[in-house]
Formats: sequence, C-alpha cells, structure tokens
Amino acid sequence: MSDAIKIAVSDKTATPVPLSPSGKVLAVTSGKGGVGKTFVSANLAAALAKLGHKVLVLDADLGLANLDVVLNLYPKITLHDVFTGKAKLEDAIVRAPGGFSVLLAGSGMVEYSRLTPEVRDDFLRIMNGLVPHYDIVLLDTGAGISDVVLFAVSLASEVIVVATPEPTSLTDAYATIKVLIGQQKRQNIRIVINQAARLGDGRAITLQLQQVLDRFVTTEPGRPIKLVHMGDIPADTAVRQAIMRRQLLIQATPSCPAALAIGQLALKIEEAVITRRR
Amino acid sequence: MASDLPNSFVRLTELRLDDARALLSRDAAISLPEQQQDPTTYIQNVIDGLCELSLKDPLTGLSNRRHFRAMQERTIDAVARSGEPALLLLLDIDHFKKVNDTHGHLAGDQVLQTVAQSLAKCVRPMDTLARYGGEEFAVILPNCHTNYGATVAERIRHAVESLSIEISPSARLKVTISVGGAYAPEWIRSTISLWTERADLQLYRAKAGGRNCVFLDKQEEIYVSAEEKNLLLGHLALGEPAWLENIPVDAPGAPTGGAGQRVN
Repeated sequence: MSDAIKIAVSDKTATPVPLSPSGKVLAVTSGKGGVGKTFVSANLAAALAKLGHKVLVLDADLGLANLDVVLNLYPKITLHDVFTGKAKLEDAIVRAPGGFSVLLAGSGMVEYSRLTPEVRDDFLRIMNGLVPHYDIVLLDTGAGISDVVLFAVSLASEVIVVATPEPTSLTDAYATIKVLIGQQKRQNIRIVINQAARLGDGRAITLQLQQVLDRFVTTEPGRPIKLVHMGDIPADTAVRQAIMRRQLLIQATPSCPAALAIGQLALKIEEAVITRRR
Repeated sequence: MASDLPNSFVRLTELRLDDARALLSRDAAISLPEQQQDPTTYIQNVIDGLCELSLKDPLTGLSNRRHFRAMQERTIDAVARSGEPALLLLLDIDHFKKVNDTHGHLAGDQVLQTVAQSLAKCVRPMDTLARYGGEEFAVILPNCHTNYGATVAERIRHAVESLSIEISPSARLKVTISVGGAYAPEWIRSTISLWTERADLQLYRAKAGGRNCVFLDKQEEIYVSAEEKNLLLGHLALGEPAWLENIPVDAPGAPTGGAGQRVN
C-alpha cells in the first residue's frame, strides 16, 4: 500500500484504538446467536473485497466463532499462537476464498473467552498493528453480550447489529442496543435484518426499535440515538445450500436475491463507513 | 452415577476414617454419624459432613471464600441468561485492627461472630453470605432489583451499627462497617474478577469517604420490561400472514430459511 499508510502506522503506534483514519473498524454483533452474524461478516467481507477494498475479518469471538467453518479454512497458525508468542502476527493472517484476509482465533483461544487485562492488552496491541493496513476491518463478535463482545465492539468505530424478524432475536437485539448506548455512549447503530420475509420488513423493524428506544432510553440532550437501517437480506434457500457446501454465497450463487442484497449492503457500507482516500 | 463406580463392598473397618471423624467431631455444627448406622448411610454422612466443612468458615459458620466464588460463578451464569440483576456487596469492619490490638484476639473473634450473626439476619435464604477474608464479609443477592440494592445495603450497615457486642462480662463494644457494592451487569457474562473489582472499588470509596457508609456502583439500566417487549413486538402480528405466504415452494413440509441459515 501507499506511503500515506506507512506514515499513519508510525504516527499511530502509540495511540490507542479507535482509530486511525486510514482504517475503519466495523463490529458485527447480535443479541441472539444463530441469526447469521458470521454468514453476514464473511459474505460482506467478500463483497467489499470485490469492490476493490482491502478487507480483514477478525474472529473477535475468540475461539467460539465459526468463521473457520463458514470459510472452510483451517490455518496452522492462529491468533492463539500470536497471543502466546509462538508466531508473528503476519503469519496468522490467511487469505480467504472471497479475496479478503482473515485472522482466526483458533480453538486454543477459548481460554481467552473470559476477558482479563492481559487479553485486553494483547487484543489492543494486535488491533493497533492491524488496522492501519486495511481499508476496513470487520470484527465478527460472539453471540450474547459478554465482556469480550462489549470490549471487541468498543474497539470499533461502527457497529452493525444483525437480527432476524423473530421475537427472541429482536428482543435480544434491543437489549444489545441498550447496552451499547448505555455503556459505550454510542449514538449511531446500524441494523441489518437477515432472513427477511418480505420487502420493507427491515425498515419497519428498525423504526419499531427506534420508537421503543426513544421512549425508554434517555440520553444526554443533543445526543440522540439513531438506528440506521442498512439493508435486508431476504430469506433465500440458496443461503442454506451455500452454507451446507461451505461456500461463500456471493461466490456460489452471485445472482440469488440474498447475494444481491449483500452486494447492496456492501455498497452502503462503503459509502457510509470506508473513508475514501482519493 | 452409581453405575460408574466399581460394584464392590467397602469394609468400613479398613477405611482410614479417623482424620475425617476427628474433623467432624471438632465442629459442633455437624453431628458425627452414628456408628450403628448401615454402612452406606454412615459413609454418606461422613462425606456430607466433610463437604459442609469444606464450604464453611469455621469461626463464623458462614460460607467460606471457596463456596462464595462458586456461587459467584453460578450467579454470573444466571444473570447472563436471565437478565435478572444480582448485587455483590463487600463489607469490611471499620478499624478492626484496633479491636484486636486493644481488646485481644478473643474479643476480635467475638466481634466477627456477632457481626456474622447480625448479617445473617439481614439477608434472604437465597442470598449467599460469606466471610471473605479477615474482617471482610461478602454477600451475593440474586434477583435484587437496582432500586432495592441501596436499601438492603443500608439496612445491613444500620444493623451492624446498632449492635452492642459483649466482649467480656464487663465490656461492650460498638463497631461499624463500610459497604461497597456492584451489580453483575445484566445480560452480560462478566467475570468474577471484574465484578469483584468493581465492588472493591466502591468499598475503597466507602472507606475513603469516612467509613460506616454505603457506596454502590452505578448501574446502567438495561432491563427490558414487558411493556418494551410488547411495543417492540407489536408489529409482528401484522407481519405474520405475509410470512406464511413466503414459505419457499421448493421446500415441502417445514418452513425453511431458519435453521439452515444459523451459521454462527
């Protein structure tokens, strides 16, 4: 990459994230598990890579994410080896089929799923080293709202909450949003509705979430909460097929409705999140 | 369960139970099993007695730190699953060293025991009360709503303050406690160390703030009320018919698009 980035690295090494303007960090999270968070992260990364961006997906679930399963990748060196000093960070970054880079936690990382100051520091150090080298870094966080998830999200400049239109998923997404507002004083939270049954579902759900938040969550004056609906991914049988074959949807069936929706989502993320340097 | 164990007859006379029996006989709270019982019951009683001993603080009869940590772990799990708030209180007797130095260690023990009894009367059976360290006590209050936490903590502080502890037939003592507390973050799987650290910080503030007072960590309310849920999910009633229409035709039987997409 260009000299501009090298300068950014040396300038920013001592600064804690967030964040260098040359790299945007986007956390993908959800209240409930099983809503397609990893599916969205992986395919969104591929779609952004297709648009010409340098993308890294980081397994911020620390060993409990299924990124390896979704991408069918089993690297010998993982984040665990970096944490334990057995390998260099560069060696743990692997190329995923969709043309983006991936940093997998490795199964040994389960022991880090409890947040300690050491894990915090290691993670911060790694993020600081990585972020300047990419146009966008996606953090695939764990399900639920754990200290690790909140910490990972706190490193991100932007956060997407993935939900499905089911009552349990929406309630958990709502609880997550409340926590993010309360704990991290976030104002903008982006919403993606997966498995949408019909057009307009996501917009209606986002509006509903917004109205309940406005009524029940008080924020400081002049700091309103804004939920931004980023798009819907329609329920699509092709998704299931791609997952069973362990392929990226946007590669397996690039013209199916769900893949097209992810392409649209990538365009919106590009516009809203990635800082253009030209 | 029992089928995992070798099916053999243990001869009680060959078991070295002397140490265990000595331990049990020393602790007044636990009655030594009767020797004429049937052997299985007898061993079961010995084991139960030892388990109880391993969880109790011998001086005060409260839970010990080992038991407390296990309960803390369990509470964290419950809070993460249910979102029910739980409060951790750390209580420390003010100027306890002075009691020991002025009146001797026996008086100190008497103070610890009396305070422990007083604390035990302030909490519910579902709460876990422990002697956490020297003159430090700790309580976990599950299902303790954020509105009530301060009231409970204040009640405990007041109960100790009103004690008049007889340390000898001719002398009575008054003591106070400082209380620091923190809620386990609702819906969040925290850790024992983080949770304790936050309560400890409040205890430190209580000590620095002049002692005999209560400081609680301010907790962001992230309780999702029934009213919020109703408002949130109200629209689903409208959306349902459309869902049914949208079941893919190529999937006979059960609706798809659910389980198949559950990747993470």
